[in-house]
Amino acid sequence: MPPMLLASWALARREVVRFLRQRNRVFGALAQPVLFWAIFGSGLSPSFRAGSLGYSEYFFPGVIVLILLFTAIFATISIIEDRNTGFLQGVLVAPIPRSSIILGKVWGTTMLAVGQAILVALLGPMFGLSYGFLGILLAVPVLFLLSVALAGLGTWIAWRMDSTQGFHAVMTSFLMPMWLLSGAFFPPGGTPTWLSVVIACNPLTYGVALLRYALYLGDPAATATLPSLPLCLIITILFAIGTIAGASYAAKTRTAGALP
Amino acid sequence: MNSPIVRIEDLRYSYGEHVALDGASFEVSKGEVFGVLGPNGGGKTTMFRILSTLLPVGSGQVQVAGMDLTANLAEVRRAIGVVFQSPSLDIKLTVAENLTCHGNIYGLSGQELFRRITSGLEALGLEDRRESLVETLSGGLKRRVELAKGLLTDPQLLILDEPSTGLDPGARRDLWDYILGLRRDRGTTILVTTHLMDEAERCDRLAILDRGRIVAVDTPDALRRKIGGDVLTLRGANPGLLQDELQKRWGLTGTCIDNQVRIEHVEARRLLRDIYDALPDQIESIQLARPTLEDVFIRETGHQLWNE
Repeated sequence: MPPMLLASWALARREVVRFLRQRNRVFGALAQPVLFWAIFGSGLSPSFRAGSLGYSEYFFPGVIVLILLFTAIFATISIIEDRNTGFLQGVLVAPIPRSSIILGKVWGTTMLAVGQAILVALLGPMFGLSYGFLGILLAVPVLFLLSVALAGLGTWIAWRMDSTQGFHAVMTSFLMPMWLLSGAFFPPGGTPTWLSVVIACNPLTYGVALLRYALYLGDPAATATLPSLPLCLIITILFAIGTIAGASYAAKTRTAGALP
Repeated sequence: MNSPIVRIEDLRYSYGEHVALDGASFEVSKGEVFGVLGPNGGGKTTMFRILSTLLPVGSGQVQVAGMDLTANLAEVRRAIGVVFQSPSLDIKLTVAENLTCHGNIYGLSGQELFRRITSGLEALGLEDRRESLVETLSGGLKRRVELAKGLLTDPQLLILDEPSTGLDPGARRDLWDYILGLRRDRGTTILVTTHLMDEAERCDRLAILDRGRIVAVDTPDALRRKIGGDVLTLRGANPGLLQDELQKRWGLTGTCIDNQVRIEHVEARRLLRDIYDALPDQIESIQLARPTLEDVFIRETGHQLWNE
């Protein structure tokens, strides 16, 4: 393996080992979205229909994206912890570019997030959801892309912070609304104009739509109201590239004093 | 042969208004154990951060292993090993996992990395802790793992920031035995920052850093010899008056710190009796001692190491 990749791989592997040794994180990232799904899905189903799908089914891809988002959040909070506990300083004096540190974080987070998302996606058909195994297979690259984008975003934000409280504020006032207004929770049709504009400007909207395209490829009715597939693909790819670039830039320029 | 491995010339660094390093210069020779001694807030940590490449060179020149630090950042990083004062280990990983991760980051892998980890752990008496989670280790053991980590890449220069912090005397002695052995066996140059006199005593040479300036550089013995005699420390209720009295009667210039007056004198022994006989009411206690590095520090800076 080339030295730069080896460094990133070492950091990514560390993320996975840490995750598996902290059971409460497994619970937080997996159980909470599934609980959301059970509660909202059952609670809102009677008063809600979205196209050909019942609400439980409509909401499920949103829950999968929420798993990606939570995993990305937990993993990027760990950057702040790494900074405060001192682990990061040892990495910062190593002869590697800052972008390999970012790559390591995003790589590790993506392995965790995609792994969990696939696990939950496999449960869907057992609960009577209509997508099949082929849908899950197609969803894997989408999950991968989305997870890179979200992990990149989290890393970008967290790199400049020195307290986890600060990150929690960003999480509730920015990351959660981003998810709520992505078509994950309710369909964009019929919302007031200002809200429709926000939803249309939200890059995650296209990621969630892309996931729906993958899961419901053979079911045109389920994807009828979504933005076009090429648009979703392009924006999601740009979203991933953009956040990785932003995170790498932040890592290169953190505070006036620090060396690259 | 004795080309300097570290050369610092007129190094300055400021945090906004606050000047942390105010024109520091010194050289460290290959194979030396070199100490930077100073009070907390004297600029030691800034010096350490610049040498470990966490902070940029504010102004001035820093060369490490013959390379300019700013121009050859990656090469300098490869040449040094760093042991931080605060832990840099991941406590959720085992000792071996920490070292493997560190080795991978520096481009080491496979058999070569395994061999280095094994020999590093053996040298530090950590073989049986290989698979232990770091969070289960004592402070002394953790520090040893930090050392193993810093040495894994076989650096020319090992930089340690306050290495004895939080260690009990036994662990402190072990650590220094190992550091000195390292210099002897591998020829590694050691640069250590410290505010502890017993740590400073073990260095080949010392730079005394105070308020961002280097006030003296020499061997501990030579620094002590500068005092030229023994040290009398007088304690009294009114040290100012005591100081005046000493000046008037014997022409002695003492340094007044807290409620103590310090005097360095070649014939301190004789003075002890004279002063005590002449001023019994003003003196609570009087102490005669060979000069310590603390005395050197007070002489060079005009204040104590601790109470600044």
